[in-house]
Amino acid sequence: MSNIVNLLLAGLATGAIYALVAIGFTLLWQTSQTINFAQGEFVMLPAFFVLAALNLKAPLWLALLIGLGASLLVLGAMFKLIIVDPMLRHGVLPLAICTMALSIFLKEGVKESYSAEASPFPSLFPSGNVSVLGAQISIQSISIFVFALAAVYLLQAFLMRTSTGRQMQATAQNPSVAKLLGIPVERMILYTFLINAALVALASFLVSPVYLAKFSAGETLGLSAFIAAIVGGFNQIRGAIAGGLLLGVVDNFAAAYVSTQYRGAVPLFLLIAVILFRPQGLFGRAEERTV
Amino acid sequence: MAKTILEVRDVKKTFGGITAVNGVSFDVREGEILGIIGPNGCGKSTLFNCILGQLQPTDGRVVLDGEDVTGLRPSEMNRRGVSRTFQLLQVFPQLSVRENLILAGQEHRGTMLSRLFGLRDVGLAPDADRMIAFFRLQHLADEKAGGLSYGQQKLLDAAMAFMAGPRMVLLDEPAGGVNLTMLGHLEERLRAINAEQGATFVVIEHNMDFVMRLCTRVVVLAEGRKIAEGTPTEVRANPAVIEAYLGH
Amino acid sequence: MMGAKPALLRAGLLLLGLGLLIAVPIGLNRYGVYIMSLWAVMAIAAMGLNLTLGYAGQVSLAQGAFVGIGAYAVAILMTHGMPFIVPLLVAVALSFAIGWALGYPALRVQHHYLAFVTLAFSTLVYLIFRNEEWLTKGIYGIMGFQRPTVFGLSTRTPLAFYYFCLAMLALATAVMAWIVRSPWGRAFVALRENPIRALSLGVDTRRYTLMAFAIGSAMGGFAGALYAPLVEFVDPTPFTLALSLNILMMVIVGGSGFFFGPFLGAAIAVLLPEWLRFAQGWYLVIYAAFVMALLVYTPTGLLGVADRIMANRRTRRASAARAAAAAALDAPGLNPEKP
Repeated sequence: MSNIVNLLLAGLATGAIYALVAIGFTLLWQTSQTINFAQGEFVMLPAFFVLAALNLKAPLWLALLIGLGASLLVLGAMFKLIIVDPMLRHGVLPLAICTMALSIFLKEGVKESYSAEASPFPSLFPSGNVSVLGAQISIQSISIFVFALAAVYLLQAFLMRTSTGRQMQATAQNPSVAKLLGIPVERMILYTFLINAALVALASFLVSPVYLAKFSAGETLGLSAFIAAIVGGFNQIRGAIAGGLLLGVVDNFAAAYVSTQYRGAVPLFLLIAVILFRPQGLFGRAEERTV
Repeated sequence: MAKTILEVRDVKKTFGGITAVNGVSFDVREGEILGIIGPNGCGKSTLFNCILGQLQPTDGRVVLDGEDVTGLRPSEMNRRGVSRTFQLLQVFPQLSVRENLILAGQEHRGTMLSRLFGLRDVGLAPDADRMIAFFRLQHLADEKAGGLSYGQQKLLDAAMAFMAGPRMVLLDEPAGGVNLTMLGHLEERLRAINAEQGATFVVIEHNMDFVMRLCTRVVVLAEGRKIAEGTPTEVRANPAVIEAYLGH
Repeated sequence: MMGAKPALLRAGLLLLGLGLLIAVPIGLNRYGVYIMSLWAVMAIAAMGLNLTLGYAGQVSLAQGAFVGIGAYAVAILMTHGMPFIVPLLVAVALSFAIGWALGYPALRVQHHYLAFVTLAFSTLVYLIFRNEEWLTKGIYGIMGFQRPTVFGLSTRTPLAFYYFCLAMLALATAVMAWIVRSPWGRAFVALRENPIRALSLGVDTRRYTLMAFAIGSAMGGFAGALYAPLVEFVDPTPFTLALSLNILMMVIVGGSGFFFGPFLGAAIAVLLPEWLRFAQGWYLVIYAAFVMALLVYTPTGLLGVADRIMANRRTRRASAARAAAAAALDAPGLNPEKP
């Protein structure tokens, strides 16, 4: 019993991270048909911005701020202006390939310019365990879960309650209608890229203390975020959250109960089954089809 | 009276809670040009899609030559000699005009294997050139279809529907967006094919003049139902039809 | 009359290219010849994906998995002492069959969903290579099989094997050329451009979709069957998702849907990193930056740009001719080209 609770809670903590990354992924898809194959590397990079700032003797809080700022600039604004904007009108595929190249670029760039080894990343939370329903859970996991969900909640509130948020939603659902309604579509799209950058930066700051900062850290995370986004429902944020949490739990249970060789296959089977039998995602609504 | 080719019986189509076609029945007779008219959104195109297997009807039957063909895939319907054009332009822009036409006929010739190992044009190049000449597109035969003007693409679109020598062709708004000169040309060509090959036409159209000139019989739809049927003159005088058109 | 000149030009270019491919490796060292052979193998794999994606419009992120399937089929059967031709045929047939099966999801879902199904498939295949030790020897890999003897000629030396790869590339090119110029090729393009219209013209889009996957995958398997004797060692590492993505990159960079696009794309993906070796660890960074820059400026690929330039020049020449004709007529209102 305690084992199951343990796995469940650890799974939710992992899942909350997946959700953060998957939401950004979904937002980019919705507003600008960008399938970002570099999303995992986007999570890897901000930790190195922070480490670089720390190396220059900046205090931790400042380093985190610098990390966030650099992410917004590089992964948000520059990504959009330099790569997405010129390629958008040529369809989904060339852009997707370009983000694949970007992922190699970021990964190899960090490896060469910083280090090929895993670097420790300062923890933002105290170590130690607390007892929940008879299971020992690390404060780290709980904090990750709480912070990630708080961020998701804030984002939801922003999208639902503020007028900018609603304009962004309108842009995501139908850019041409949004334009007719006088919404500054271009600026809204830029905001989504900035939000994505902020989400991946947060995810980076939360996971790096646990898994260490390493140039290849994004590989598995990016794939998991894809799967979470699709399993939950590619076309909405709610789906990405549910998909992320579900996938985190599935991952942890698979690690415990499926052979080590094939535990990686479990999410993939989940992905294939969802795409084939419920392509709108477990929690998504069906996209209307036009003949 | 000519023999009935196609029977449409109580065809109904709902999308979620919305009923687009609500129990429509009519017959199509060999060699005629039947017009289907009605105000926007009355379910004309949905009805076509149900007849041709693009959509599965919620209820009702489609009978071709006495055989129930309800819900058969469009490619199957096409191989049984029923062909169509679409409301929006549907040519293959990257293929040349001639290639478009050969494609439109190739699946009616031979088998999958003979189409891989046999002649590149499946022996259809002369037919394609004849069709090109028939629609007076000779100077464009080797151009990519995507480079043609709208009216020329519309002609090609129609020509493709005739490539396989169909017995029946369903034309979805053939006159839409076509200028007057081109329209006269199209009308005359359709009439010629109807007379020469005895092909049967079902035409959906907004352009009333075009329908009244071209069609021998007209079915009127409104809000998913058939409200009138008869010769163009009868239909034009029908109070229900006038009501449906003026009421919207 | 107008078509003769470009056709002649194309034939000339083709001969020149072939001549270069035959002559260049003679001056290269062992490693250089190996890289050229690798290019030929990857060009075959990319050509297969170009059929599936470029011609028929079906996205696949699994081409690398088929290269792996082909390589393993050959490695396993050859270590059991079979002559090369048998494993080669098995590799192609097996990839064809699995590719056919992988096409079924494409009948239900399209675009990015299809991309993700094939991506998952690719990763699953990798897991099988790594974990099913009874069959694949797992991470230790398979070695101890020899390069084939063709018509009594051994292909043991790098140069001999390169010429063997080149001959196989020529064979694959001929097969592909035949397919895309047959009615099937026309049906594939129709499937890519407008499946609904194709269906209404009697094109059995299901069957052609499955065929596009099966043939493209068979080409991948064929490439894999050559990869195994080229490297003379098969382990799971090369066949991760990265290979599939790399082959996809070759197709797009070269020009998706253009016949010779994969040749160019494979050249960039295989040769460019080698030329960048001077940059040591940075070579992949430079390579990735180059690919990004290339895609940002030429999203339709290298041949896409070439095609556009040619088309522009043709239109300009045509309108110049028209202007000249109109000037010669010099009669207002009698312009024959009035649309």
